[in-house]
This record gives sequence, C-alpha cells and structure tokens, in this order.
Amino acid sequence: MPRRIVIGIRGIGHRIIESVWRLGYAARFFSLILLKSGTSIRRFGLIIRELYFTGVLTMVIILVSGLFVGMVLGLQGYETLQKFGAETAVGTLVALSLVRELGPVVAGLLFASRAGSAITAEIGLMKATEQLEAMGMMAVDPIARVVAPRFWAGVISMPLLAAMFSAMGVFGGYLVAVVLIGVDEGSFWSQMQSVVDFRFDIVNGIIKTCVFGVAITAIAVFEGYNAPPTAEGVSGATTRTVVTSALVILGLDFVLTSFMFRGVG
Amino acid sequence: MTTNPLVEIKDLNFSYDERAILKGINMTMPRGKVIAIMGGSGCGKTTLLRLIGGVVAPSSGYVRVDNQVVHELSRDKLFSLRRKMSMLFQFGALFTDLSVFDNVAFQMREHTDLPESVIRDLVFMKLHAVGLRGAHNLMPAELSGGMARRVALARSIALDPMLVMYDEPFAGLDPISLSVIGKLIRRLTDALGMTSILVTHDVHQSLEIVDYVYFISEGVIAAHGTPSEVRGSVSPFVHQFIHSEVDGPVPFHYPAEKYATDLNLENRIA
Repeated sequence: MPRRIVIGIRGIGHRIIESVWRLGYAARFFSLILLKSGTSIRRFGLIIRELYFTGVLTMVIILVSGLFVGMVLGLQGYETLQKFGAETAVGTLVALSLVRELGPVVAGLLFASRAGSAITAEIGLMKATEQLEAMGMMAVDPIARVVAPRFWAGVISMPLLAAMFSAMGVFGGYLVAVVLIGVDEGSFWSQMQSVVDFRFDIVNGIIKTCVFGVAITAIAVFEGYNAPPTAEGVSGATTRTVVTSALVILGLDFVLTSFMFRGVG
Repeated sequence: MTTNPLVEIKDLNFSYDERAILKGINMTMPRGKVIAIMGGSGCGKTTLLRLIGGVVAPSSGYVRVDNQVVHELSRDKLFSLRRKMSMLFQFGALFTDLSVFDNVAFQMREHTDLPESVIRDLVFMKLHAVGLRGAHNLMPAELSGGMARRVALARSIALDPMLVMYDEPFAGLDPISLSVIGKLIRRLTDALGMTSILVTHDVHQSLEIVDYVYFISEGVIAAHGTPSEVRGSVSPFVHQFIHSEVDGPVPFHYPAEKYATDLNLENRIA
C-alpha cells in the first residue's frame, strides 16, 4: 500500500514537472517567434498569403454565425424586455452583448476551431513529411519562414473577424427586432448609440479580441510545430489546439472582463 | 583515398537516450565522388547524414565538412555551410503548398537577389536536367513517387551545392524510376563537380554508380571498399548483404527466449 502511494505521488510530481517544463518550452518558443518575425515583416507578402487562409476562409462561418447569434439575441431580448415595456432597448442589449462578450468569445471559439486547427494540422503535417527539416537543411529557418507569418496572420485576422461577427450580429438583431417584430427603428438605433460607449465597450472588446488572437494562434503554431510526426500525433495536436484554445479564451475572458468592466454601469 | 577530403568523420560516437547508435565511426569522403553508406534498417545510416548536416551533434568525435567541424559551428556559420550542401529526403519532402516550379525556385528566392527572369531560366534548366521541365506547373500531390524524387533532386541541386546527401533515394521506386534516379545522381555529380553521399540498402543499383562503399552494421563500419572490392569480399556480413541471404551475421530472428520455452514444451516433457 505505501508503495502504491509513493508511485501515485511520484506520478503527480512527474506530471507537474512536465507541465512546468512544457510551459517554459512554450514561452521560449513564443519568444523565438517574436525574435524571428523580422523576415515576415520585411516580406509582408508571406503574411498576406496566410491572411487569406486564416482570415478570408474563416469569414463565411464567422458571418453566418454572427447573423444567427444576433437574431437569437434580438428574439430573446425582445421577449424579456417587452415584459417591462422596454422593448426599444433591445438594440442596446444586442450591441452590448456582442461587443463586450459574445463577439470576442464566440468569434474566438470559431476562429480556434476553423483557423487554429488548420494551422496546427498544416504545420504538423509539414513536420511529419520532413518539410520543416528539409527547409532547415536549405539554411532557411522554419520558425521565421513558416511559423511567424502564420502567427502574425492569425493575430491580425482575429480582431477583424470579431468585428465582422459583432457587426453581423447587430444586423441580425435589427432584422428580428425591427424588420420582423416591428420595434421602432429610431429608438433601436438611438438607444444603442447613446448607451454603447466607445472607450469602455468597443475598445475593451477590441483589446479582448487581440489578446485572444495572440493566445489562439500561439497555441496553434506551438502544437503544430511540436506535434509528434505521426498521423496520431498530428490528430492529437489538432485536438489539443481546439480544447486548450477554448479553455484559455474562457479563462482569459473572465480575467479581462473583471479588470475592464469593474464598476462600469 | 585522396588528400583534402570534403567530409572527414573521426572517432564518431552518437547515442540516443543512452542507446549507442554509432560507435567509433571513421570515414573519409573525397571531393567529386559518389559514396554509398549501406546497412540494414535502423543501423544508423540516416543518423550519420543528420550528423553531417549538423541537425544533431555527436556524443564524441567529430564530422568535418569543407575543413569545418560541424557541431562546433555557430548557428549562422552552420547555415552558411548548409547553403553549400543539400539533402534529398526519403520521400522527397517537397513543399506541398508550392508548385514544382516554386519548389525548385525556393532556395534561389530565399538566398539570392536574382531577378525573377533569371530564376525562371535556372529553374527550367534544373528541371530539364531531371526531365521534368514540362511538369513545372504541377503540384506535388499530382506527381508519382519517381517524379517527386526527381523534382526533389532538381531542388537539391538548385544552388549548385558542393555536397548532396541522399536518404534512401531508391526506396519505393519502380525499376525504371530507380534506374533513372541512379543515373541522374551519377551524371549530375560528374557534371556539377559535386560530392554525393548515398544512404541506401539497394545494393545492385548502388554498386553500379558509386565510387566507394561503407557498410555499417550495429553502429560500426563492418566493411568498406570500391564496388569491385566489396563484390569480391569474403566478409560474411558483406556476403550476406550483397547476396540478400536471409540468415547470417544479421540473424533472421529477433533475440528471444528458446523456442521450446515459449511453446512451453520443456515443462510438458518434464
């Protein structure tokens, strides 16, 4: 029995040490990306190419999801607010929900599932098929040439996609509340305009999306670059990207929200 | 062999996780020759190429390429040495998101300031040398195994390297492609004045094109010599390898308990 306990404690210790080691390794990898970003900035065409794959190709799911989330918000918001005779505030509810929370978080989750997983799978497969090693043998640094452009493309794409998500959501809310249900259009827009604050709501929302963009893309490139070079390894890395990104987004969202909106009405 | 070799390997030891892969390897590879390194699967042949390319560092001993000890070089100096060498990977390792043309042009665009018109001419010349000028627009996924290997060969000679390493260049090829790749390696080595190191277990194809052969078994050099010397070798290992014999110094059976013990026959008899 004591031997079992020793083995158990040793296992826990081993896991903790491994997690700390991996965290340190990830921090070192992240620093390397930043240090080797010169090539990407000098040859911006490399980032533009990746912007198409991570940003443009993710637009469809972002726009469609944004529209439906906004429509649901409009419908639910109207149902609740009309009980208090405040149905004209539905525009405010939709806009605040989107720019403060749902825009950054849902767009982040969708971005991690669509673009993050694709980045991990692509880099992981490049590693498994020796493309990264071949690049190194050609005296071309794979972190500078492959990883950094994908990282920056993700960081640039994420805030833009979240903005599109929120804009599409507001439009969805407008469609349901004003066009379908018949809430007064003037009140819908004017209340939204007077309540939504640029500094506290929109800028804070943008800061969140930037933080999520860095986190998701850093996780995606790290998992891809360090994936074991087998089919199983790449599939495991892709799964880890989506799961870790989702948890990190939700955790960071709570931390950022608690700093940003403390005491704001 | 001649003086001032391009690659010199001295007392090289390499271990992976305490497991010795290479033990006391000594090799000399003169310039302008095709040298083969042969041995069974997992004997450390590919590791040797990775040591020459500076991908991994030896446990002891050294690899000297063009008068520079590889594992002692700084990262910048290693990269500038790598610009003068290249490697053909087992399955080509072509960049799957780039066309055949862009794969061959990759190093030229990364390492030179040549205008696009010159790069275009050079790429066509390299592709013509491997007979695939007409395939420049294809993507790697559209190529057969033999064609992919030839494109990788064109890419590996893109910047006229002094040394090209080939990791199993004949693996998985049909007899025609196999012969084509073999002849191309010999022809390009002679035409470009480069040195080629072949890691392979295709005895018959290799012995036709190489100048010198090293046999590695269990991490040590089991035999070496010119093709005619190894063909006439009396070494049991070389004999088994060249004649593809099932059993010999390289046993057919993986080390195991006595057969009778595993079948539980001893107890039954007792």
